[in-house]
Amino acid sequence: MTQSVVVQVGQCGNQIGCCFWDLALREHAAVNQKGIYDEALSSFFRNVDTRVVGDGGSISKGKICTLKARAVLIDMEEGVVNEILQGPLRDVFDSKQLITDISGSGNNWAVGHKVFGNLYQEQILEKLRKSAEHCDCLQCFFIIHSMGGGTGSGLGTFLLKMLKDEFPEVYRFVTSVYPSGEDDVITSPYNSILAMKELNEHADCVLPIDNQSLFDIISKIDLMVNSGKLGTTIKPKSLVTSSAGAVKKRHQKPFDAMNNIVANLLLNLTSSARFEGSLNMDLNEISMNLVPFPQLHYLVSSLTPLYTLADVNIPTRRLDQMFSDAFSKDHQLIRADPKHSLYLACALMVRGNVQVSDLRRNIERLKPSLQFVSWNQEGWKTSLCSVPPVGHSHSLLALANNTCVKPTFMELRERFMRLYKKKAHLHHYLQIEGMEESCFMEALSSLSGLIEEYNQLDATKSMPVEDFPRLSVAM
Amino acid sequence: MSVVTVQLGQCGNQIGFEVFDALYTDSHCPQGLCSKRENEAYQASCKERFFSEEENGVPIARAILVDMEPKVTSQTLSKAAQSGRWKYGQHSCFCQKQGSGNNWAYGYSVDGPRHEESIMNLIQKEVEKCDSLSGFFIIMSMAGGTGSGLGAFVTQNLQDQYSNSLKMNHIIWPYRTGEVIVQNYNSILTLSHLYRSSDALLVHENDALHKICAKLMNIKQISFSDINQVLAHQLGSVFQPTYSVEGSCHYRRNPLGGFKDQALYTSWLKPINAFNVWKTQRAFRKYEKSAALVSNSQFLLKPLDTIVGKAWNMFAS
Repeated sequence: MTQSVVVQVGQCGNQIGCCFWDLALREHAAVNQKGIYDEALSSFFRNVDTRVVGDGGSISKGKICTLKARAVLIDMEEGVVNEILQGPLRDVFDSKQLITDISGSGNNWAVGHKVFGNLYQEQILEKLRKSAEHCDCLQCFFIIHSMGGGTGSGLGTFLLKMLKDEFPEVYRFVTSVYPSGEDDVITSPYNSILAMKELNEHADCVLPIDNQSLFDIISKIDLMVNSGKLGTTIKPKSLVTSSAGAVKKRHQKPFDAMNNIVANLLLNLTSSARFEGSLNMDLNEISMNLVPFPQLHYLVSSLTPLYTLADVNIPTRRLDQMFSDAFSKDHQLIRADPKHSLYLACALMVRGNVQVSDLRRNIERLKPSLQFVSWNQEGWKTSLCSVPPVGHSHSLLALANNTCVKPTFMELRERFMRLYKKKAHLHHYLQIEGMEESCFMEALSSLSGLIEEYNQLDATKSMPVEDFPRLSVAM
Repeated sequence: MSVVTVQLGQCGNQIGFEVFDALYTDSHCPQGLCSKRENEAYQASCKERFFSEEENGVPIARAILVDMEPKVTSQTLSKAAQSGRWKYGQHSCFCQKQGSGNNWAYGYSVDGPRHEESIMNLIQKEVEKCDSLSGFFIIMSMAGGTGSGLGAFVTQNLQDQYSNSLKMNHIIWPYRTGEVIVQNYNSILTLSHLYRSSDALLVHENDALHKICAKLMNIKQISFSDINQVLAHQLGSVFQPTYSVEGSCHYRRNPLGGFKDQALYTSWLKPINAFNVWKTQRAFRKYEKSAALVSNSQFLLKPLDTIVGKAWNMFAS
C-alpha cells in the first residue's frame, strides 16, 4: 500500500485541508471498527506514540495510538493555521510540519513565489523530506491551494518545481481553486495566470475547482431540502456538505459546506486505492488513463449524490439518476458543460453497493449523448470500491478530461488582459526582485498555448473518424 | 500429475480463488451420481492435480499469487483461509506496494526483471512440491498492467526455464466498451508476446460472461464475483478428471495432456479427426448431465481485429 502527503498552502488551501482531515478521520473511524492501525489508515496517517521524544515514535502496526496526518501546512500569515492548531484537530498535526510567517503575501503572486519561495525554500524542503521519510512507499503529493491569492498561488506553485526536482518519481496532484468572476481580489487574474504557467509545466494532474460552482451546488441542495421536494427520504445534513455531528460544535463557517465538497472529492479520488473493491484503481492509473498528452492534464470533476438518501435499498432508477447527474453541468465542480464539449477521456469511480452491471448499463445509456475524441471513441476508465462514503450507500465521482475547461481559461485570460492592457497594479509585482514584464508575457503565452491545444481538439469534433491504413487481420 | 497455477494481478487473483473453490467443492461433492468406487477414484485423481496435502488435512492450492499491490492478494488469502475448506500456501504470495498503474511497460520491463528471481523462486518451490509436473496455468487479464505485462514476462521465463511443460495462459478479454482507457494497447502488447511463448491461450471474454449472467442466469445486479463464478464453473468442468483410454474408474493422469493433442491446433484436419471427446460418468457439481466445449476456431478474429483497430487508431492519430 502506498502513502500520500497533503501539502496545504495559503488560507484556502489550509481551510480545505482542515475539512479534508476531519472527514478522513471520520471515514476511517466508520470503517475501522477494531482500532487497529491498518494499511488503509497508513495512506494518510502515521501512528505515533507521543510519549516518545524525538523521531522514534512511529509505530507501524498494532493498535492505534495517536494518528498524525501526513501533511505539511504552509501559510505566510498565522491566523488560519493557528486556528487549526487551537481547534479539535490540533492533535492530528505535528508542530514540526508547519511553516508560517506573519505578514502574508498581500495577494501578490510575486511575493509568494519569489520572496517567500526563496526565504523558506530550505525549510520547506526539509519538512517535505521528513514527511517522505516517514512513508514506506510514497506515491503522491496532494497540493491544495487557491489560484487567486498570493501565498497559495505563488508559494504553492513554487513548491511544485521543488517537488518535481526533489521527488521526480512521486505524482503531483494539485487541487486548485480558481477565482470566480465576482472575485473580490482585484489582482486574482494576474496571480492565476502566473500560477497557471507553473501548473502547466510541473503538475501531473490538476483538479480545477470554482467557488461559484460550489456555491451553486450548496444553494441548490438547500433549496431542495427546504422546499421538501425530496420528501422524507432525504436527510437534510448530508456528510458531503456539512460536518454535522462532528467534532466542530461551533457555528458552521460560511465556506465550510463548500470546502467539504472538495474534501469529499479528494477522499473519493483515493478511496479505491485505500479500500478494497472488485475493480481497484490506484492513483497512478488516474494519470495513465486520463492524461493523453502531458500538457492536457486538467480534469473536471463531479460528485454525486450530494444529499443522503435515508432509504438504503435504492431502486435502480435512483442509481441511474446518480450517473445522469454526474454528467449534468449543475454537478460539475467548475463552470463547465462537458456534455456539449469533447471528451478526451473519462473515469467513473464508484463506491458502495454498485456492481459492474450497473456501470455497464449506465455507460451504454449515456455514451450516445457524449462526444469522444476520434482516437478514443470508447474511452472509459472504471473502478468499483466496496466501501461507501460515510452516510451514503453509494457514490460516484466522475473525472473528465474534457475541452470544456477551455472557457474557464479563456475567461481568465480576458480578465488578465483587461488589467494588463492598462498595466494596472503591475508595479506591485515588478518591484519584487526577479519579476519582470517578461514573466507576465511568458505566462500568458503558456496559457494561450494550452487554449490553442484545446481549440485544435475541438476542431476535430465534427470531423469523421479517420481510418488510418494498417495491416488487416485476415478474416 | 499436477498443475501449478500462477495468479497475476487483481483479475487473476480474484478468478484464481473462484477456480480453486469450484474445483474443491466439486471434488468433495458426496454425490457424484455414480458408484462409490467411481467417486473415490475421481476424488483421488483430482486431489493431486490442484492441491497438495498438509498435516492437518486442509488442502493447499498449488498456486502462486502475484500482484504489485497488496490489497487483492491479502483479501484472496484470507477469503480462502476463512472458508476452512482449503487454503493457499503461507509463503505463496508475492506482492509489492505500488501497483503497475495499468501500464504494460511497467509490468513487463520494470517489475518483471526487478522481481524475476523472487517470482521464479516461488514457482520453483511450488514445482518441487509436485511429484510430476503436468504444466502451468497462468491466469491474467489483458487490460491492466500487472496481469498483462508481468504475465507476458513470466510466461516467457517459464518458456525458458520449463520448456518441456505445457504453459496454458488463461486470458480475460476486457469489455468492449472499456474498463481501462489504454486496454487496447495493453491487450495487443500482451497477445503479441504470448503468441511466442505460450502453448495454449484459453480466452474468456467479459462481455460473453456478462451476457451469460444476464440472459441465461437472470442475475439482476451482476457483480464481478458472479462473472468469476461462471468462469470458474466452466474451467472446473474442463479441468476435472476424465477417463483415460482404459475407461471407467481409470482417470487420466495428466490434466493438461489433452491440450497437447495436435488435433486441437490444426485447421487442415477433417472435422471427424479434429473432434475429441473426454468423458466421465461422475457428475460435475451435482449436474446430472453437463458438457463443456473447448474450441479452437475463428471466433476471436473479429474481436481481435476490433482491438487492433482501436489501438492503431489511438496510436496513429
